[in-house]
Amino acid sequence: MTTDSKVERDPKVERKRVSIGDRWRALPKWQRWLGFAAFVAFLYYLPLLGIPGLTWLRTDYIANGNNWAGVLFTCAVYVLIALGLNVVIGLAGLLDLGYVGFYAVGAYSVALFGSRQSPVVQAIQDKFGLSQEWAMLWAVCIIIALVLAMISGVLLGWPTLRLRGDYLAIVTLGFGEIIQRVVRNSVSWSGGPAGIAAIPGPEGAPSADNKVFGLLDAKPWYWLALSVVLLIVFLVRRLENSRVGRAWLAVREDEDAAAVMGVYPFKFKLWAFAIGAALGGLSGLLFASRAGFIEPNQFNAQLSILFVAMVVVGGAGNMAGVAVGAFLLAYLPERFRDFAEWRFLVFGLALVIVMLIRPQGLFPSRRRARELQDRREEVPAGV
Amino acid sequence: MNFDELFGHLGQHTVDGLAKGSIYALVALGYTLVYGVLKLINFAHSEVFMVGTFAVLGTWTVMGATNNPGIGMMLVFLAAGLVAGAVASGATAVAVERIAYKRLRTMNAPPLAFLITAIGLSLVLSEAFGVWQGRLVKGMPTIVPQEVVFQIGNTAITNTQLITVVAAILMMIGLDVFINRTRYGRGVRAVAQNPDTAALMGVNKDRVIMLIFLLGGLLAGAAALLYSVRYGNTRFNVGFILGLKAFTAAVLGGIGNLRGALVGGLVLGVIEVYAATLTSSNWEDVAAFVVLVVVLLFRPTGLLGESLGRARA
Amino acid sequence: MGLAAAMLAAAGCQDSGNSDGDAAAADCGGKIAIFGAFTGPNAGLVIPSLNGAKMAVKQFNAANANCKVTMQEFDTQGNADQATPIANQVAQDQSFLAVIGGHFSGESKATMPIYEAAGLVMVSPSATATELTAAGNKSFHRVVGNDGTQAAAAVEYIKNVQKGQKVFLIDDGQTYGVGIIDGVKKGLGATAVASDKVQTDQTNFDATISKIKSSGADTIAYGGYTNEAAPLLKQARAAGVKAKFIGFDGLYDPGFPSGAGDAANDAIVTCPCLPADKAGGTFSKDYQAEYGQAPGSYGAEGYDGATVLLDGFKAGKKTRADLLAWVDAYDKQGVSKYIKFDPSGDVDKSKVAIWSYKITGGKFEPEQEIKLTS
Repeated sequence: MTTDSKVERDPKVERKRVSIGDRWRALPKWQRWLGFAAFVAFLYYLPLLGIPGLTWLRTDYIANGNNWAGVLFTCAVYVLIALGLNVVIGLAGLLDLGYVGFYAVGAYSVALFGSRQSPVVQAIQDKFGLSQEWAMLWAVCIIIALVLAMISGVLLGWPTLRLRGDYLAIVTLGFGEIIQRVVRNSVSWSGGPAGIAAIPGPEGAPSADNKVFGLLDAKPWYWLALSVVLLIVFLVRRLENSRVGRAWLAVREDEDAAAVMGVYPFKFKLWAFAIGAALGGLSGLLFASRAGFIEPNQFNAQLSILFVAMVVVGGAGNMAGVAVGAFLLAYLPERFRDFAEWRFLVFGLALVIVMLIRPQGLFPSRRRARELQDRREEVPAGV
Repeated sequence: MNFDELFGHLGQHTVDGLAKGSIYALVALGYTLVYGVLKLINFAHSEVFMVGTFAVLGTWTVMGATNNPGIGMMLVFLAAGLVAGAVASGATAVAVERIAYKRLRTMNAPPLAFLITAIGLSLVLSEAFGVWQGRLVKGMPTIVPQEVVFQIGNTAITNTQLITVVAAILMMIGLDVFINRTRYGRGVRAVAQNPDTAALMGVNKDRVIMLIFLLGGLLAGAAALLYSVRYGNTRFNVGFILGLKAFTAAVLGGIGNLRGALVGGLVLGVIEVYAATLTSSNWEDVAAFVVLVVVLLFRPTGLLGESLGRARA
Repeated sequence: MGLAAAMLAAAGCQDSGNSDGDAAAADCGGKIAIFGAFTGPNAGLVIPSLNGAKMAVKQFNAANANCKVTMQEFDTQGNADQATPIANQVAQDQSFLAVIGGHFSGESKATMPIYEAAGLVMVSPSATATELTAAGNKSFHRVVGNDGTQAAAAVEYIKNVQKGQKVFLIDDGQTYGVGIIDGVKKGLGATAVASDKVQTDQTNFDATISKIKSSGADTIAYGGYTNEAAPLLKQARAAGVKAKFIGFDGLYDPGFPSGAGDAANDAIVTCPCLPADKAGGTFSKDYQAEYGQAPGSYGAEGYDGATVLLDGFKAGKKTRADLLAWVDAYDKQGVSKYIKFDPSGDVDKSKVAIWSYKITGGKFEPEQEIKLTS
């Protein structure tokens, strides 16, 4: 197997075996920009996909139906989740198995504050004598969702981030379960198992009159989610290359050494947790707004595990990698619905095979790949 | 909050909790053994247990077991169930190690790769049984009819509860002796302390690792039999929640610590029954995890601390 | 939107869906969709309904050679998040003129706004939650009594037949179970002495059993599905609980007696579905001939649900709006009951029959029709 690390050091190898990634990075800046712009344009065009030869990508499983844009929307939301979880796992190196908790907090924020049918909104109406039609604006719900998700991230992180990695895993897994159970068991404020309907989108509560963000056509929703993803990619990239990003790297590589160098690990871990949580909340909000109806069963522990799988399969630490991972894990089960009962069996098998062949993920970050190479060289002979 | 019920029958709830926790403890031992040696959360262990329950069910079905057999047949069924459960679970555990983890270890893959592989394997196993056996709960014949053997005040201890708790404690003691007193056990402790040094000293690291997977599998198989006797049902996803609880128990007691797994399992079982009694049964999981977080805050390495091979070398 | 529309046009006909295709070509007939949990743990409850609907379509096509109706199946596994994408597909494919489903209440609630926005009529054979018809929807109809009626019938049964003085209520914390147990609790009043909530995938019920014992209950009412009810009942009987057991249509599934074994003997399950031999016409015989087994839960309701729509096709209705109006005005004897919908989409309450079934030797034996006194 060739490695990127060797490529940089040895010019002779470079001529023979250049990876696509390196060839890409060698291009002049304007060409890279052009390529990137073309790619983004393609992403926006994707729901209309009709290019002969590529149409088999679509996921329409009935003749005249169209679920393709809906699947793309799901993919975009999952990519957003992967980007958020990547901050926690890939950049800060914290194993979070309860990410679904933040996703649920975001979804329930917009449901509880934005839907006229939610107990919270009804309580506010009664208290302040507002009309039956009143509910929080969607834009306000975004802020509420982000703030609540961040708060829950800090609340979870504050006591647990002092724990070592594996303990953190089980505690976060527990957190994801607890959020779901609490929501399901608390009928008085969360709607309980029946869930909450009439969750608003950018145009307000779902109704047949909504012109752009309606119930039927998923394309505008996809374009919205895609735009959010692109914005977040930009922001996280800035963050990655900032002082905070370098601090995360240092903490991930060697916590003690980082502490000695004056990087206080706890503070930066908490930041990673809070930022990751906020992104999880944002994706939950998008999901709930599109669905218009949520119930606690949709936020189960299996989903958390799927989220972690997206990041690891894609290649933790590399934004493009985790985005591809998320896209694949959201898209493939939809595309291959024909497998019906066998879908998750095949899915599990695919996870195992990918990990056995590329333990560093499909598209590892360059730094991570180098670390893995080092690790491999450390293996004592005869094992 | 139903304090009357809890304190009115405190003894009964404690006994119920201990019996419930014994099963957690046996499964938790599997997690703790593997973690103690490899520093690896073997997520597929829950499915090792699930396979065991189906092996027990299959054996009883093939042997034509019916409800309430006589004492002679009862022992035959129990023995056959134990063998079937232990063989199936042990084989599954070893297969998981051979097929997946060994290869990852030779590549010195990052810990996350192990985790995702384990998750993938447990999906494969449970889904395979879901497709094959259907997704509905499967009833088993009642091999040991429940009878009250001790009655202390208003606390009734049944024969199956007694069997479960005693078997769990005996197996725990047996394992403790095996790890601390035998030649093989010394090998396990050596690898747990420092794999490379142990290898240099002539310990066959690969064999030791296989041994701990086998041991964990055998214990899970025994747990599967006790579970089948006591609860009389199984289904394809029976491992998921139970595995989660068992792992919680292992962490609660101090992961990597054999005695900790037992203590953690029993404590967790009792807490769950108390919580379910005080409120309603759908809060027991929440209570279990809240207690875990609180314990970890004050004792970051669990109730008894981590040690496999360390302090008691 | 102008730009989007232009792009859409440029993308060719991929997205527009040829609504004027096969549906309009024939003078009569069309396409319907049926969705529900055809796989997954509770598929046993839904398959008979699917079979009933399939049989109705088959008979219809055999009898009306010039009016072919096709039915396409969509498996939701009973999950709301699986049902929603399917609803989006079906709603946007203009060749679908009506929908049979959902079979469970959760998936029905999640997909109702989508079908309503598309003007598609829904006819559900088995979604029984009371709230479904309480929110003023237009498209949802059901040929089955709702949980309110069933809970009232169960209360009658507990009071008059089981003579329960102390009733212990258990639900599984899910929409269906909580809804029906709330209804029973209100109806029973002071006779409901204690309660517990279990959770899905729970396997150990010690705490619940202790509570049953200390409450001294003589009757247990369980709202939920087989996966939890079977082990619960089994463990309760093993622990020496003698109280009578009553469950609801969620347990009217062959998996329940087979999962609980001997413990299920004499357990009562109520269902707003008819015993096979009470169904009108030749339904029961036809079903037996077609599938080699007696129709289980909701077989007759599935058949009726399909028939309501098929009659519409026969009457020459071939748009979504026409079929919706047709179903609203439907007034005819079906095999399970007389079918006529009230404005909220519920079937005429006076025509709903709730039956109790007793489990004997692992089989559901129809016991009696529960008469509502009110």
